[in-house]
Formats: sequence, structure tokens, C-alpha cells
Amino acid sequence: MSGFDQLRLDGVTRRFGAADALVGLDLTIERGEFIALLGPSGCGKSTALNCLAGLLPLTAGAIWQDDQRIDTLPPEKRGFGMVFQNYALFPHLTVRDNIAFGLRMRHLPKDDVRRRTTEAIEMVQLIEHASKLPGQLSGGQQQRVAIARATVLEPTLVLMDEPLSNLDAKLRLEMRTEIRRLHQSLGLTTVYVTHDQEEALSMADRLVVMRQGKVQQIGTPEEVHTKPSTWHVADFMGYRNLLPLKASQMNGDQVTVDLGGTAIRGSAQGAVAPGDDVIAAVRPEDVKLSDQGVKGLVEVVEYQGRERAVEVVLDGGGQDDPVRLHVRTEQRVEAGEQVALTVTPGRLLVYPS
Amino acid sequence: MSATWQHRLAERGVDRRLWLLLPATIFVLLLFVYPFLYGLSLSFQPTDGGGVLANYSKFFSDAYQRDTIATTLKIALPAALLNVLAAVPIAFRLRGRFRGKRLLTTILVVPITLGTVLTAQGLLNYLGPTGWLNRLLLSLHIVDDPIRLTNNYWGVFFSLVITGFPFAFLLVLSYLSGIDPTLERAAATLGASRAQRFRRITLPLLAPGLATTFLLTFVLAFSVFPSAVLVGNPAGSTRVISLAAYQAAYEQYDYSYASAIAMVMGAVELVVVAIVLVWRSRLYTGSTGGKG
Repeated sequence: MSGFDQLRLDGVTRRFGAADALVGLDLTIERGEFIALLGPSGCGKSTALNCLAGLLPLTAGAIWQDDQRIDTLPPEKRGFGMVFQNYALFPHLTVRDNIAFGLRMRHLPKDDVRRRTTEAIEMVQLIEHASKLPGQLSGGQQQRVAIARATVLEPTLVLMDEPLSNLDAKLRLEMRTEIRRLHQSLGLTTVYVTHDQEEALSMADRLVVMRQGKVQQIGTPEEVHTKPSTWHVADFMGYRNLLPLKASQMNGDQVTVDLGGTAIRGSAQGAVAPGDDVIAAVRPEDVKLSDQGVKGLVEVVEYQGRERAVEVVLDGGGQDDPVRLHVRTEQRVEAGEQVALTVTPGRLLVYPS
Repeated sequence: MSATWQHRLAERGVDRRLWLLLPATIFVLLLFVYPFLYGLSLSFQPTDGGGVLANYSKFFSDAYQRDTIATTLKIALPAALLNVLAAVPIAFRLRGRFRGKRLLTTILVVPITLGTVLTAQGLLNYLGPTGWLNRLLLSLHIVDDPIRLTNNYWGVFFSLVITGFPFAFLLVLSYLSGIDPTLERAAATLGASRAQRFRRITLPLLAPGLATTFLLTFVLAFSVFPSAVLVGNPAGSTRVISLAAYQAAYEQYDYSYASAIAMVMGAVELVVVAIVLVWRSRLYTGSTGGKG
């Protein structure tokens, strides 16, 4: 099967009963891209992947592979490889037979099957495990079999559904690099589903951030990381401080908000006018302890190795509704200490609420 | 007893909870082991004398008696096979969740509650010479004479299918639900067609379950007795082995000979069970990935 230049999702929609799992997904995937579908559970990212794979019929919309409409093809006719969250290895077949399965289904000559299977087993470094059953392998090894099985067919597109979520933290980091390396060395086009923003940022060329079945933002990791399009995306991308505030002054796209009695400048993201209720978003690492600025009382300190995660209750907040700021700092602070905070200029984003 | 000993015994599963096994042990000893051993020893004490194995040589030298083995196998094997084979596609279609599944499953399982006699009654009403089916066929001029579907081989066969199918269906359904449906989807993304997915993935994972199901329905069918009399031809084509044992015991009052026939019956069943189990042991019988 020859590769495609472009894969186009055109208003792809999937409904389960009355619930919209995926609404009007428009996305163009270029050959060789690594795309991550990112979002919290239930956001429609897995639904999108299953629609692409052909495992779920669409309720509306179309999928085009160059000039060919493929959303009516069954999964076995699409030629896409897929890696499942639980790996879905065939438990009654050896590692070798699992990997050879797709080649055999294609009725390739025996020698071809053997050669390509062996290459794939070598690629994922499982030579000494080739004749074991999946049940005898560790999670990481099973994962590598699943990847080898999906890529041995040299598919035009590889779909991965949270493939690392069942692995421990250390292995997850290793496999991340491994998958990215395979993507590059085999020249694959990959669509990768994850709820882990760090994973998505580090692996993908482009991110598709989703929420409640709808696309929130499509962009490079840097765009999504530094300029989230909505406060929901910001929330998901690690802006732990989401403060409901009031905009006081506007100057171009600079907006001034009042935080604990101190005026702070941020950049407006979207339509914000003076007097509006807004949501100000800032990452914990962009809030610094200093001698002056917003005053507050340290409530909780978590030691995290090089840094500490500190939760500060700002002075002047109401009794029942205190304003808390999450801060990351290398300084030593104790719970109960009085501190002053400043926000790194340009890092406060102000969204209409 | 020292504490160390208690720990050691507990390690091997020996503790006070073992007493929970007592009722079942007594039950098995009194109702199975004792009667079996009694029957076995009785079978070696022929009423008419002639040596320990006289009953067995009498059975095997008499073609009329010996043929009951073949007759029974000829009914029980195909009936068990059909039950299993028919259960697979239906269970395949009914796995997963959908509305009305419980109702449909109930309807399929109802025949279990009917009992053999009621089933036989129903069969005579539907399929008998003056039953509804024949009356329909006659009135439509599809046949000129009633087709004979009862009081012969087919009557017993249908009866065994009706009573055996629900068991087979329930068992196959539970085995099938234990197979992770993602496996088939994975096979699909690897280019396997519907038929290939079934043959390469589902069937191999299901096969051990099918073997077990086959054995259970076979054993049920092999001991067929009431329907062989009620809807069969007990003097000829459906003279099954349990009938031979019954006649020896309650028509000739030769309990020793009847015991020998019962032992032969058990031995034949064991042979079939052993063959199927040997075949099953060569299959993959590990995890099938499902929630089982």
C-alpha cells in the first residue's frame, strides 16, 4: 500500500445515543507528522482515533485519504496500524506469530514474512523472547510487541491509544523516546492519543487539544504551551493558577487585573474589556517569591527534589473564599511564613470567563 | 500444637476452614463413591455364576446388547456436536450488551425448565404423524404422507437438542464473554477479514471452552433414557444402553448384569471424555484477555 500525502478529517462526528462524543472534528494530517490528541478522559480523543481506525462508524462527516474517501471502508481495508491501551496481543500466539499476524493476513510469501518479522523483533530488541507467549512478558515488553506488530506492515498511518498509560513512570519515559525514534526512523505518520500533557508536548509535532467532544486548539507544542486558546486549555496545559478576577484597565492587548490589592499586568487572550469578569492564568513556575509584591501566607509546602511546590493564601481575600496561588520555588520556605509574590512579566494570561 | 506448626499447616491450606468441605465430602462418598464401588463389585458377581467377567462377556458376545453402545453414540455424539455448533453463532451474536438481551437469553434457556417428559409431549404434538407440522405440510400438498419425525431416531435427537442446547448456549456465551473484544479489533486493524478474525483469534481462544461444553452435553445425551422411550423407537433404532441396563435390572431382575452394563456405559463415556481432554490439552488454555 502506497503512502498518502494528506489525510483529511472533515466534520467527523460521533454520537452515542443522545450524547455527542465527538463533534465536527476538522483536521488535516500531513505525511510524516506526529499528531497528539490530548484531553481529559471523556473528551472524545479515543472516539476520534477509533473513527480513524474504522472501529467506530461515523455519525456524520467524512475522512479523506488524498482523493479517496475512506470512512466507509472497514478497518481491515484501511491499512492503518493500531496500538491499543491494553496492547491487545493475541494471548495464544507467540511474540513472533503476533508480529507476523498482519503479514500472514496479507498472504505474503513465507520468506518475506520471516525476514520482516525477524527485522521487527530485532528493532524492538526482543530476539530472546521471540518464542514466548505474551503472558510471559513484562508490560514494557508487551508494549514493544504491540508496537512491532502495528509497524511491521509499514502502515500509512499508525494510531496509538494511550499506549504508555499502563507502564510505570520510568519505563514510560524510555518508551516515549523509543516511539519518537521509531516514528522518525521508519518515516511513520502517527496519531497518538494521550491525557498526559507532558507526553504530548515532548513527542508530537502538532497537538490537538480536545474537551467535551470539541477541538479547543490545534497547534505546535510551543503554541499550545505558551498561548493556550482558552482557559480550559490553559488548565490542562499546567496553568494551575486560574484566578477569577476583574479586568480594570486595557492598553492594547495588555490588561491590568487586581490581585490581592496589587495591580498586575497580563496579556489578554480573546475579547476582554475593562470591568469584565476574567480568568487570569499563570503557571506555578512563573510566580516568584520576592521582597515585594502580593502578600500572602504559606499554607502547604511539598518537597519535590530540586524545587518545592508551595501553596500561598493571599492576604485580603474573603474568609470563606480565600485566593490561593501555587508557586514553585527553589527557596526554602516553611508553612506559616509570610511571603511576597511577583508574576514573571508577560506570563500572566487573561481570558474572558 | 505449636504456633510454628500452625503457620506451616496454614501455608499448605490446612486450617479450620477445611471443615467447610465436610458436607460435600460426605455427600460424594455416600451418593457417588459408595454406590459406584458397590455396583462395580456387584458386576463381578454374576447371578448365574461363570466367573468374574461372565456378565461382561455376556454383554459383549450378544450383538443385540453390544449394539446399544453404537446406537447410543450415534445419537449422543451428533446431538452434542450440534448443540455446541449451534450455540457458537448465537452466542457470538448475543455477546456484548444490548437492549432485550436478558429476555432473549431467558427464552433460549427456558427449555431447561421443561423436563424431558414435557418436551416429549411437545414433540409429539408438533412433529408427530398428526402433529401441526405434518398437518401443515399435508394441507399445502408438500408431502403426500406424513413424514415420520417421532418414535424413531429423529424424535430422540430433537429431544436431546431441545434439552441440551440451553446448557451449551449458556456455557459458550460465558466462555465467549471472557474473550477480550479488543483482540478482534486488533486483528481487524492488521488486515484480518471477519472470517479470518473468527478462525485465527476467536476460535482458538474459544476451543477449550467448546471442548468442555461438548463433553457436558455429550454426557447428558449419552445417558438418554426417558425420551428414548417416549419419542423414540425403544425396540429398535433408539435402543440405547441405559435402556439395556433398565431391562436387565427391572425386567429380568438381574442386578449384577445391570451393574455390568452400567459400568460399560461409564467406560464408554470415559473413553470419549479422555479423547476430548487429550485434544483439549494441546490447545492454548491460558488467559483470554477478558474480564472472564
